[in-house]
Amino acid sequence: MAPGGAPLPGGYNGATMPLGPAKAATGMKEHVAMTVDAASERANQAQSRPSLDELRRTSAEARKLIVQAIHHAGAGHLGGPMSAADLLVALYFDRMRIDPARPDWPGRDRFILSKGHSSIALYTVLAMRGYFPTEELMTFDAAHSRLQGHPDMHALPGLEMSTGSLGQGLSPGAGMALGAKVRGDAFHTWVMLGDGEIQEGQIWEAAFMAARYGLDNLTAILDYNGLPQFGWPQRGGFTREIPIDDPGGKFRAFGWNVLECDGHDHASIREALDAAQAFTGQPTCVVAHTVKGKGVSYMEGDFNWHAKVPSDEQLASALSELDDQIAAIGEEAAA
Amino acid sequence: MTSSATTQTIDPLPLAGARQEALREVWGQTLVELAADYPDLVVLDGDLANSTRADIFAAAVPDRFFEMGIAEQNMVGVAAGMATLGFVPWLSTFAAFMANRALDQVRIVVAQPHLNVKMCGGYTGILTGKTGKTHQSVEDIAIFRAMPGVATIAPADAVELRSAMRAMMETPGPMYLRVTRDPSPTIFPEEYEFRIGPGVLLRDGGDVGLVGTGVQTTRVLEAADLLASEGIAASVLHLPTLKPIDAGAIVALAERTGRIVTAEDHSIIGGLGSAVAEVLGEQRPTPMRRVGLRDVYGESAPNEYLIEAYGLSAGHVARAAREVIERA
Ligand SMILES: Cc1ncc(C[n+]2csc(CCOP(=O)(O)OP(=O)(O)O)c2C)c(N)n1
Ligand SMILES: [Mg+2]
Repeated sequence: MAPGGAPLPGGYNGATMPLGPAKAATGMKEHVAMTVDAASERANQAQSRPSLDELRRTSAEARKLIVQAIHHAGAGHLGGPMSAADLLVALYFDRMRIDPARPDWPGRDRFILSKGHSSIALYTVLAMRGYFPTEELMTFDAAHSRLQGHPDMHALPGLEMSTGSLGQGLSPGAGMALGAKVRGDAFHTWVMLGDGEIQEGQIWEAAFMAARYGLDNLTAILDYNGLPQFGWPQRGGFTREIPIDDPGGKFRAFGWNVLECDGHDHASIREALDAAQAFTGQPTCVVAHTVKGKGVSYMEGDFNWHAKVPSDEQLASALSELDDQIAAIGEEAAA
Repeated sequence: MTSSATTQTIDPLPLAGARQEALREVWGQTLVELAADYPDLVVLDGDLANSTRADIFAAAVPDRFFEMGIAEQNMVGVAAGMATLGFVPWLSTFAAFMANRALDQVRIVVAQPHLNVKMCGGYTGILTGKTGKTHQSVEDIAIFRAMPGVATIAPADAVELRSAMRAMMETPGPMYLRVTRDPSPTIFPEEYEFRIGPGVLLRDGGDVGLVGTGVQTTRVLEAADLLASEGIAASVLHLPTLKPIDAGAIVALAERTGRIVTAEDHSIIGGLGSAVAEVLGEQRPTPMRRVGLRDVYGESAPNEYLIEAYGLSAGHVARAAREVIERA
């Protein structure tokens, strides 16, 4: 049983992370709520993680909901949410130690969507994971909705930080990781960055500081889809590619452990996220190679779909493509 | 943010022979005192600890002092992250950088989510130790006061600063605190207790109402002495909290005197003068003058020169009072 009483979906692999709250270094008051009792821990470990096919199916279902929600709202971003979908599903269904029944449980892992414009992808995964009803996704961007255009940490359970002005999410993540170290809390902090976003100087301030403090309980996941919103000029026109070159090398130069993965392959993602959490001594950046607009052929790799609303016909064709992908998952398993 | 404050009335200590204390040193010492009572208090520094005097805290409570380097934007974000865990971060940098360099970070991760971060601006106003306009801060009150939900506090002396810091610690929410660099006279008796919001009536007189904030209030008291020697009876209202503002005290002062002069170590645009004018414009239109920087940046020079050249001296405040009395 998870500490909240609800079973975790086997998302937590105790072997990769030091458990048992280390002694608080500062003599601050003990945070007993963080203590994971041994029995519940054994139960977690015994529980198997979701199969890769389950994760693939969940990701495709998430993409369907994302496209539907944006179509319904008549506004919002699509390219970034679609590229981030597999990574978010992997975090919330496979990797992170969370309890949707108790979103404020102090021992939970933290996740910050620094590229806040991809909010609909996070909302979708939170809803599917049980934080709130999936029907509420259709209130995205509406008046009085808890699903604000960009994440408002107090509006909806499960949101750990308000984001939307790019470049700002890694710093609060570093603050959470630093705070956890100070108190000897065992939770891990995950931050998702966009590849255009890391042009912001604050990212590198945070990268420097996180390495300086050896925050190995912090992982940045870079959604390396190669496209920002508009792009950089080059001779003969605009390049719509790679807003920032060799991001892994840059993070390494700042003192980070760097891993790469295929951000649309759940086996590859699982391996990278597990290794990131297990790594000690330095923070890890997982450079996840992705495709903007992934899952819908006419959106893939087209910067125009950064923030565009599909027509009724486009919606129908997107949903049927995604249904085909879901059907194929079963076939693959049978083959 | 409005204040349902009850204005306090306090007899200030005489300026002649007053104890001179540097607020930044009191700030560093008070953090140490508060740390003993509040285990979640932490201090984050932007490589200025030996200027802001966060070094006093660093030496006394090293395991709760976190150097963030010269990276104010990240410092604000780290503070926000720590605040979500229940820590109460106090930030150490210059007001110019707190208000300007990390402004969007303050907006997105502190003000909008209303997190419990205590943003401290050292070296406020233009008396910043001959550093010139880059390090002077003439628009910080305007900036923080404009941010929904951010309390904005400018204590007049060491006693009020110490008390204000305790009140800030006891009250959750984002707050901005102005802390001056150089020694200034202590005007409050030890037993004075600051409260967030209420103004403090320091002197009563029916001819003109002088309103000060921060250390400028000590120069306003000096101006009241000057005016008294000419037979002009001035009231002095000190507003240590710019937001929530004590509108009741401002309106009552206008009713009693019919003429208002504000004085601040800040631009007259967006600061105390604007805040008072907003209240009076809506609730009791009253002839007034604003003393402070008149839409200009400062320069590096000795304090005595700056106080005179940029209109902060008691003489400037007294002149504005005479003007408003003559013309109103
Ligand atoms: C500070 C800031 N500048 C500009 C924007 C507008 N904006 C929103 S998304 C975006 C492009 C982001 O590109 P990337 O980080 O690569 O995200 P993704 O490709 O995953 O959508 C821009 C410029 C913003 N939200 N914040
Ligand atoms: Mg991108």
